[in-house]
Amino acid sequence: MMRRLLLVVWLLAGAVAPVLAFQPPAAQSEYVPVKDLPPVDQLPAAPLLVAAYSFIWLAAMFYLWTIWRRLGKVEAEMRALEQRRSHSNR
Amino acid sequence: MKKAFLPLLLLAAAMFAYAPVVIAHADYESTMGLVQKVMYFHAPSGMVMLMSAVVCGVASALYLWKKDPAADRVAIAAAELTALFGLIVLVTGPLWARKAWGVWWVWEARLTMSFVGWLIAVGYLFVRKYGGPGSDKLGAALAVFCTANVPFLYCSFNIWRTMHPMTTVVPTLQPGMRGAFWFSALTLFLLYGLLLTARIHLERQRTALDQLYLAEED
Repeated sequence: MMRRLLLVVWLLAGAVAPVLAFQPPAAQSEYVPVKDLPPVDQLPAAPLLVAAYSFIWLAAMFYLWTIWRRLGKVEAEMRALEQRRSHSNR
Repeated sequence: MKKAFLPLLLLAAAMFAYAPVVIAHADYESTMGLVQKVMYFHAPSGMVMLMSAVVCGVASALYLWKKDPAADRVAIAAAELTALFGLIVLVTGPLWARKAWGVWWVWEARLTMSFVGWLIAVGYLFVRKYGGPGSDKLGAALAVFCTANVPFLYCSFNIWRTMHPMTTVVPTLQPGMRGAFWFSALTLFLLYGLLLTARIHLERQRTALDQLYLAEED
């Protein structure tokens, strides 16, 4: 008798366990303002994303500009040197 | 290449301008949301940085072995670009981490090794600029060390436990994210190729100028 009772309890527990495991989350008992959330959750993502993308643009443009400026200087110096040589040859 | 440079540069600029549209249409990652979209430029910049460090190291090794000045020109150009893309990685990473991890920076293996790799590239540039005679060979040796750091950096999460996402996230990207990622990667690789070409041209012109000065002295 006792063994049969234990078997029924065990089977019931086995049948109820999945039902308990898939219970919906508890209903919200109070509203939490955004300012009360942890600092990381309050942080907006958009400015960080825009900052990252803008930085890449600025870095690439700045580097391209430095190459163009350095190349301009070297080529101007080459032209001046060639002019000086052609004048001295005359 | 000279004729194709400007159209390719315009194409890269157009791709750069269009990239936010492609990225905006990519799927949102479930846990990080919007900020995860930094990945579309952060990860390809890291890939370019590592590739540039390898280019610099291989060119430097060739220079040490064959004494070929063309290899030295490639090495110095690649070192500058390693520093540039390294800086992009080191700036965009913390912007992502601030929201995803709650901190700007963590001294864990992946981040620390990226920082060290960038410092070596910057160190190479300082040696080349202020090292005086013989700095080309000293710099080349430093660049070989920078390349030796690359496999450790790439496999750092396999060797040490790190917070950084694993490199397996790229080959396993879902179709909704894959297109945007490879579009951004292609844009950055194209930009890298163009910047490398322009920088090598600058170094070639400097060599020509030095030869003109030498010819004048003779």
